[in-house]
Amino acid sequence: MSKDWPLWEVFIRSRQGLDHKHVGSLHAPDTRMAMENARDVYTRRQEGVSIWVVASKDIHASNPDEAAQFFDPAEDKVYRHPTFYNVPDDIEHM
Amino acid sequence: MKQDYVLHLADTHLILGQRLGEWCGHNVVLEQDIAMSNIALDLLGQCRSLYQYAAELGGNKQTEDQLAFLRGERQYKNHLLVEQPNGDFAFTIARQFFFDVYHQLLCEELVKCSDKQLQAIAEKSLKEVRYHLTWSSEWMIRLGDGTTESHQRLQTAVNELWMWTHELTTTASYEEALDVPRPSDFKAAWHAKVSAILKEATLEIPAESTKQAGGKEGVHTEHLGFILSEMQMMQRTYPGMTW
Amino acid sequence: MTEQEIFDKKIDDDVRIEPKDWMPEAYRKTLIRQISQHAHSEYVGMLPEANWITRAPTLRRKATLLAKVQDEAGHGLYLYSAMETLGMSRQQSLDDLHSGKAKYSSIFNYPTLTWADIGTIGWLVDGAAILNQVPLCRTSYGPYARAMVRVCKEESFHQRQGFEIMMALSAGTAEQKEMAQDAINRWWWPTLMMFGPKDSESGNSELSMRWRIKRFSNDELRQKFVDMMVPQAEFLGLKVPDEKLKWNAEKNGYDFGEIDWEEFWRVVKGHGQCNKQRLDARRKAHDDGAWVREAATAYAEKRAQREATKKGA
Repeated sequence: MSKDWPLWEVFIRSRQGLDHKHVGSLHAPDTRMAMENARDVYTRRQEGVSIWVVASKDIHASNPDEAAQFFDPAEDKVYRHPTFYNVPDDIEHM
Repeated sequence: MKQDYVLHLADTHLILGQRLGEWCGHNVVLEQDIAMSNIALDLLGQCRSLYQYAAELGGNKQTEDQLAFLRGERQYKNHLLVEQPNGDFAFTIARQFFFDVYHQLLCEELVKCSDKQLQAIAEKSLKEVRYHLTWSSEWMIRLGDGTTESHQRLQTAVNELWMWTHELTTTASYEEALDVPRPSDFKAAWHAKVSAILKEATLEIPAESTKQAGGKEGVHTEHLGFILSEMQMMQRTYPGMTW
Repeated sequence: MTEQEIFDKKIDDDVRIEPKDWMPEAYRKTLIRQISQHAHSEYVGMLPEANWITRAPTLRRKATLLAKVQDEAGHGLYLYSAMETLGMSRQQSLDDLHSGKAKYSSIFNYPTLTWADIGTIGWLVDGAAILNQVPLCRTSYGPYARAMVRVCKEESFHQRQGFEIMMALSAGTAEQKEMAQDAINRWWWPTLMMFGPKDSESGNSELSMRWRIKRFSNDELRQKFVDMMVPQAEFLGLKVPDEKLKWNAEKNGYDFGEIDWEEFWRVVKGHGQCNKQRLDARRKAHDDGAWVREAATAYAEKRAQREATKKGA
């Protein structure tokens, strides 16, 4: 059985000023072709002005089993949000 | 005269686009199916602009489709190289690479010519062509310097296609007469670029072989007749209809 | 809560399941089966339409058809990628396709005989596909849903492209109209079959609905399709080839005839006109490309090594 080319994740900046966003993945033997394939596959309709490709094996993801200890502690820190604070309604520019 | 020239350009784009279109659905991997179709679409887009311009020059209310689908094989003026069958992937890549080197050189000159329309078409094409050349050069190197099998296949393709490349840098009578680039002027540049990539691809530059030409003047290989009979089948079978 | 309970709650709350989340094995299997079938359909589906790229009647039609078939390649690619997040490699999945183990939509085992077939595929077949696909943008598995959002965005151009071809034919000569009618005669019933077996006979449907992989039943979608398409056919001046087709004011939809289920199962089981031809073409492309893929891998390794040596020096 033959083997696939390595898998890459593709991130695209759709307009200047915006973040790169994950759009999908593809196979390619090396960085150069990964970049070109990303261009050919994911920007056919002018979806992007900049591309990142990352070998999928190099992505480290948080573990869903640890989601509780990772993310729940932020839940009760409401004081990080502006709406936590009382400001009289007639104060402007705040 | 100028119409001949524009038709020569248009025909070359169309026939190569048609050949690449044959790959669609049958390519070596999905990603490359998409890549090759992109190149075919660029070529088809360019040929439409050119046919539209040629139609305008003709002044007899012909349309792009009449020019593409109702001229016979002795009227077609494309290079012999682009009508050669796809063969294996190596063959298609080598044909594309030889053409792309020529195409980029041509467009770089064409943007300087006095004809505003051709200039505008060439400016748009140039961006596309640069990408095509990068793509095909990389594949030349990848296959040439890949495995023993890929090296052999590509070397065979290069050798067999070599005699058709000569025509890319010949100047036809209609080019002599017009203020347009003379391909014979960039013969040396073509050879330099091709040699550099072949070298990087660890491939031998073929010895001088027979020089085939004639396509630009409407004398073709047997392949063109078959391409046209397939491509023109609808317009010939159902004359004068709108699709 | 147990893993199963957490999973069930996510499904009930319409929270997407993501690749690394725990999921029941049967859910994973169902997804792999459905996504792979879907990906293969896009990939095989390129063939009947690609048939006509070299024969398209005008330059504009040639370019749009090529762009459309190219999109199908893209859709296949998005879906194979979604499937890989479930631990199924593209190669494994292609092996299953080539060996005949994996299925794809039977519609692509019908031949494209005339140019009108290209219009009809865009209009009818893609119309049916869109009905199937739009609800999948909200399917419970995240990567599948995201792939489908992309697919659906691109698919709407396909249907318009097909409808435009049909409009040109129906505004054309008697010969062109006849060509269009002949195409709908051949494609109507196979298209209705695309929604799958009747609900009462669809083994996988119930669980898929429970898991929100599917959101509408086969029969629901088929009814919706008929209701949507009949007026469009009328607009085109084409006759839907079903003697039993009749508006039913009570149910606010059309009554229609029975599908030839024998034909349906015959084609599913591999005995349609083009089953062998399509699979042969897929296998040939893959086999012919093997040396190219190997060469690219070999070159990438060589270059990586050279760069490592350069850095080391």
